[in-house]
Amino acid sequence: MILAVGDDTIVAAQSSLAHDVGAVAGRALRQIPREPTSVIPAVFVPAFFYVVNLGAFENIAKAGGDFDYKAFLIPMAIAFAVTGMSRAPTLDTDIDGGYFDRLCLTPVRRSALLFGLMLADVVVLVALCVPVLVMGFAVGVRFRTGAPGIVVFVVLCAMWGLVFTGFPYAVALKTGSPAAVNACFIIFFPLFFLTDAVVPKAAMTGWFATIATYNPVTYLLGALRSLISTGWQPAALAEGLAAVMGIGALSMTLAALALGGRVRRRN
Amino acid sequence: MSMYDAFQYFTGMATAVAGDSAPPDHAVMTQGLVRNYGDVQALRGVDLAVKKGEIYGILGPNGAGKSTLVKVLCTLLAPHGGLALVAGHDVETGPEAVRLRIGVALQDVALDDRQTGRELLMLQGRLYGLRRSQIRRRLAQVLDLVDIGDAIDRRIGTYSGGMKRRLNLAAALMHNPEILFLDEPTTGLDPISRSAVWEEIRRLNQELTMTIILTTQYLDEADALADRVAIIDGGTIVAEGTPSELKRSVGQDLIVAEVDRDDPCVVRTLAALPGIDSASAEGGRIVVTTSDGAAQLSPVAVALDKTVLTVASLTLRTPTLDDVFLELTGAHIGASNH
Repeated sequence: MILAVGDDTIVAAQSSLAHDVGAVAGRALRQIPREPTSVIPAVFVPAFFYVVNLGAFENIAKAGGDFDYKAFLIPMAIAFAVTGMSRAPTLDTDIDGGYFDRLCLTPVRRSALLFGLMLADVVVLVALCVPVLVMGFAVGVRFRTGAPGIVVFVVLCAMWGLVFTGFPYAVALKTGSPAAVNACFIIFFPLFFLTDAVVPKAAMTGWFATIATYNPVTYLLGALRSLISTGWQPAALAEGLAAVMGIGALSMTLAALALGGRVRRRN
Repeated sequence: MSMYDAFQYFTGMATAVAGDSAPPDHAVMTQGLVRNYGDVQALRGVDLAVKKGEIYGILGPNGAGKSTLVKVLCTLLAPHGGLALVAGHDVETGPEAVRLRIGVALQDVALDDRQTGRELLMLQGRLYGLRRSQIRRRLAQVLDLVDIGDAIDRRIGTYSGGMKRRLNLAAALMHNPEILFLDEPTTGLDPISRSAVWEEIRRLNQELTMTIILTTQYLDEADALADRVAIIDGGTIVAEGTPSELKRSVGQDLIVAEVDRDDPCVVRTLAALPGIDSASAEGGRIVVTTSDGAAQLSPVAVALDKTVLTVASLTLRTPTLDDVFLELTGAHIGASNH
């Protein structure tokens, strides 16, 4: 072996947060094509539910008049695609295998260990919106708000997907357990199904409509639907944004606390 | 950061403490270092002084506190008491500065099996703030060290144990650290890979004058590599010195008799012989220390012949670090591992 590792021009230095976030995100994104099974269900499951719900309820929905159920269901499908999609299982593997410790031995900023994964998540979430939108266009759904509306729609979906990642990251950082991260999916069910995701609120029974009224995801879906069906509605968009921010305040606080606990050098 | 830490940080007091306490020729210095795991004291007041440019061995059995000591020194664990200065910086108040100056290859090789070797090294370079051109140049340099050929572009999950160890070492060297921590670098390696790692450690030290701190449970490794050795047991340093100094501390020569059983009376008889410094017995082995083994071998043989013990073998040898460990702790290092 030839040893030539001495090089006085190589001096380690602390990088900017953006640089560290980019480095961590780059690694996370490189892994995705190598583990396609982590993304494929997020493409097929929404398409499945969209088709099934359309087949089961479209005629019922149309019975009350001229109602575009195809457009109504698109936010449901897209929320299905982006909710719960995160690199948290990868983080678990890093913690369990000791690679997280290796990262902590470097001068990388601790917040970048989380923000980097979230940046990778945003890229994936935006990419996941594409097949669902294509499916919608294929069945005749059109946006009243046009191309700008599509951009806002995707941004809102990505924001929702991002804030939801706070829950699995918090659990991953706190427990280091893949099973616990998978169990985060149970948060998804009440948040998602106790809404007007599949049936308009007017058609719901009283107790269900009441719960849906207080469920923030209802307002996210409402904002997304407004972009498709009714045009620019600032009030609906503001409500949707507020719902995302509210859930985000909770989930990101939990994730930040869990990260702090994980990197506190194990007191 | 606590208010006190913040005050120290902003007033520069932390730097002043480090600067005042660490002699300039010291790479690592600890005073009364303590680390607990719950009720268990893993480190009970460790004092170390490692000079720049030396290979310093930390020798001890499993559970002695070696890995905990390294993890505290490389900022992975916070100390619960005492002082630890690494490259002139306090691990408690300036961990970021410490991390920039050290390279670490821990015992549990954590390399992320899903990346290729090249990706791992490049990411390591990026996290240490190297520019792309620097990373490319450094990669070419350490790839010579890794010596795994085209496998560098294969996923790490396909590597052998030896390849992972070498990659682990290369990752620790990517940013050209001042101090290299190697935690049990050859545990689990075959003799050929072990020999190759030894050779690299010597070269790193000799050609780059890099300070190397290595933990090991192998006596021959500490003996062959380390300029100085600290023997750790139960979370404390029980002896420190060059391998020669440590071995001299238990007597210059050892006469070892393999017998069928331990007999305290025989040990006392041997210890009382003229020219014998000490005698001890453990596990069917009597060890006699003396300053002149050649002259004392015959009297010891005669004395043993007069006892009821059956002697299977009688050998004269110089002390090993295991003898030092036995003298200091009352147990062989191998026995402690079990």
